[in-house]
Amino acid sequence: MVGKSEPVNDSVKSHPTPPPSPLSPKSPDLLSNYFSFKTLKLKTKQQELLIRVSILCLVYVLAFMTRLFSVLRYESMIHEFDPYFNYRTTLFLTEKGFYEFWNWFDSESWYPLGRIIGGTLYPGLMVTAAALYWGLRFLRFAVHIREVCVLTAPFFASNTTVLAYFFGKEIWDTGAGLVAAALIAICPGYISRSVAGSYDNEGVAIFALLLTFYLFVKAVNTGSLAWGLASAFGYFYMVSAWGGYVFIINLIPLYVLVLLITGRYSMRLYVAYNCMYILGMLLAMQIRFVGFQHVQSGEHMAAMGVFFLMQVFYFLDWLKHLLSDTKLFQAFLRMTVTSAVGVGAVALGVGTASGYISPWTGRFYSLLDPTYAKDHIPIIASVSEHQPTAWSSFMFDFQILLFLFPAGLYFCFKRLSDATIFIVMYGLTSMYFAGVMVRLILVATPAMCLISAIAVSATIKNLTLLLRAKTKAPQSVSGKGGSSGKASSKGSLDQSPPFQKNGAIVLLFGAFYLLSKYVTHCTWVTSEAYSSPSIVLAARGAHGNRVIFDDYREAYFWLRQNTPPDAKVMSWWDYGYQITAMGNRTVIVDNNTWNNTHIATVGRAMSSYEDEAYEIMKSLDVDYVLVVFGGVTGYSSDDINKFLWMVRIGGGVFPVIKEPDYLVNGEYRVDKGAAPKMLNCLMYKLSYYRFGEVTTEYGKPPGYDRARGVEIGNKDIKLEYLEEAFTTSNWIVRIYKVKPPKNRW
Amino acid sequence: MARSTGDDAQALFHSLRSAYAATPKNLKIIDLYVAFAVFTALIQVVYMALVGSFPFNSFLSGFLSCIGTAVLAVCLRIQVNKENKEFKDLPPERAFADFVLCNLVLHLVIMNFLG
Repeated sequence: MVGKSEPVNDSVKSHPTPPPSPLSPKSPDLLSNYFSFKTLKLKTKQQELLIRVSILCLVYVLAFMTRLFSVLRYESMIHEFDPYFNYRTTLFLTEKGFYEFWNWFDSESWYPLGRIIGGTLYPGLMVTAAALYWGLRFLRFAVHIREVCVLTAPFFASNTTVLAYFFGKEIWDTGAGLVAAALIAICPGYISRSVAGSYDNEGVAIFALLLTFYLFVKAVNTGSLAWGLASAFGYFYMVSAWGGYVFIINLIPLYVLVLLITGRYSMRLYVAYNCMYILGMLLAMQIRFVGFQHVQSGEHMAAMGVFFLMQVFYFLDWLKHLLSDTKLFQAFLRMTVTSAVGVGAVALGVGTASGYISPWTGRFYSLLDPTYAKDHIPIIASVSEHQPTAWSSFMFDFQILLFLFPAGLYFCFKRLSDATIFIVMYGLTSMYFAGVMVRLILVATPAMCLISAIAVSATIKNLTLLLRAKTKAPQSVSGKGGSSGKASSKGSLDQSPPFQKNGAIVLLFGAFYLLSKYVTHCTWVTSEAYSSPSIVLAARGAHGNRVIFDDYREAYFWLRQNTPPDAKVMSWWDYGYQITAMGNRTVIVDNNTWNNTHIATVGRAMSSYEDEAYEIMKSLDVDYVLVVFGGVTGYSSDDINKFLWMVRIGGGVFPVIKEPDYLVNGEYRVDKGAAPKMLNCLMYKLSYYRFGEVTTEYGKPPGYDRARGVEIGNKDIKLEYLEEAFTTSNWIVRIYKVKPPKNRW
Repeated sequence: MARSTGDDAQALFHSLRSAYAATPKNLKIIDLYVAFAVFTALIQVVYMALVGSFPFNSFLSGFLSCIGTAVLAVCLRIQVNKENKEFKDLPPERAFADFVLCNLVLHLVIMNFLG
């Protein structure tokens, strides 16, 4: 800030009042003269404000625009899996109203169990989208709810940039805030979850996360109850939007603890934390899915412990203030600390032993110990976004931020304050979590951007200061007005060697080169990797033209049109949300993986022989079976490639299913050398039924599986209990009808 | 050892009392309010221990209402205390307005949660 604020103050001193200007221009010529005159004569402070606001506006628009690739390439539609559930619930909310939504029992999923939707979801996203929708309707914009849902995530990404600006301003200065806003607007780590159409909780949750943190830091800096209350509301919004709120409720106590240990305890901290914790906790309890977890589950105990610690600490501080005699105070301290620790330990022990405080959940364990899920909970390990992160994806999502991050940490440590300690802790913890789980890169992104912004801003500021300090001539070029020359002359007291200026110029160019590389990289990543809806697949044809596979929607539309309304469809859980949302049919399991046994039953059916599977399907009332098959198109995330997870999850509950039965020498294969059980299980039969008759690639034998690059092992598949009902044009989705039982033999 | 601890405690008590007597009156009123809130919370905990916590949300809202008021009052006390240099820019009227606002939100939420 030194470089900028000095000229600003200087100019204020030299021109206390703006020059009076003529108020009624006579002609357009005069008018234009008047405007140019006025802009030239703007005070430096006003100029800076103007530039700052326009940069922010541009960044705001940019953040929105860069997320629209998917709409331009494909169409305005919802992406992937979970967003379809969100879309369906939002639709329900706008049609039936809030109370119906809150009390919604959904009998169309998890047949025959059903699901209490109102009590098992985070309603923040749906309510936000519905509010936007109602707001637009009220303003007489006749939009469709789908458009609102598609554009919710980009809209909130834009808001996040503004927030990043304010946050950066709070922890460093306005320059860092602007850089942070620009960095976060296009950071691929964030774009991956907030492109248009990616209507998922994370889209609004990152906004809420940053809002909570910003307001909390503001509360700590000012020590005001009102900011604490605001951050409690931010926390409430976060809790209502995403399960990731656990990160907040653990990070903030950790931060408080660190401040306490490093001796930076202050009254401001006390006010901010206590107000935020008590009100935030109470507000969070209003979300039914979260309920009493804040006082019962182990994940939230850290916050409560720190809350009590704060009270004890404050009380002791107060007593110390009252007592001037330190010896007395120490005696008192000895007594209280011993008794407090004893009572706390006993309470925790009794609570855990009696089961009142529930142990940590599996996902939380897998965060602390990355190998935990792999050994114990296959259903968590089976989701690709729960895998540990590879180095390449760090590079892919952060690019130069990875190098700027340590530099930013250095600057933060150099100017340690309550706010910078917060951002450092946020950065370090979220980096750890990002390393454990791919999808938590998202949480680390704002911290990365803010810390990197500090590095960029501080470096460039130092360099420009060096440049300005050397000579007086370039000042007028830099567009900051002539008055800044006086200010910089103060800085040029020390005569630095002449090559220093050249070095600064080179470094500045280097910085701009790096930043422009970042921009091109981000744009490229967004357009190439993160803008595909994954429900419509695109591939390059033989002549370089684009081929679109719209098989999913074709299949779901077929289901909607050609099956009885009460038909029950069995598929692997990945497709559950899409079938209910687009096909409007009841499913056995879906992406809300709340009942492991039910999923295991489906896994067992898929991995059994046809006659055994038929019994299971009859017991579940299944009418149709849907499988996803990529053998014709080379689409690799199909059911055959997911099949081992079905076996593992099924085998986890039903020991009849054994993974080695499906492997040959520990190898998973589908060709002639495959295990006999593999070649005859239901999933294999349904995927490859009549596939042996098809020639998929020129020069290869019929039945050549392009996704796995082999000729299949069982070409003569006969179905006894099921019949083929529908196969989409590229064979990606295949639907089978379960035949009624025979009545004659 | 026990003897010396007892002596210490007594001396401590006396010096505490004399030091506390110098506190301004408005702070004393807040202290009384805090003590009352904590006392009410304790009564509720005892009642919960005797009768059981069945409508858990009711117990929680009653208990947290007391704890919340107490904590907010302590915050107010910190902010209006003239000796705290950190808050010398904050006028007491503003501090009190914040306090009332927070209490309003707190009790609206509690009313919703009471069940």
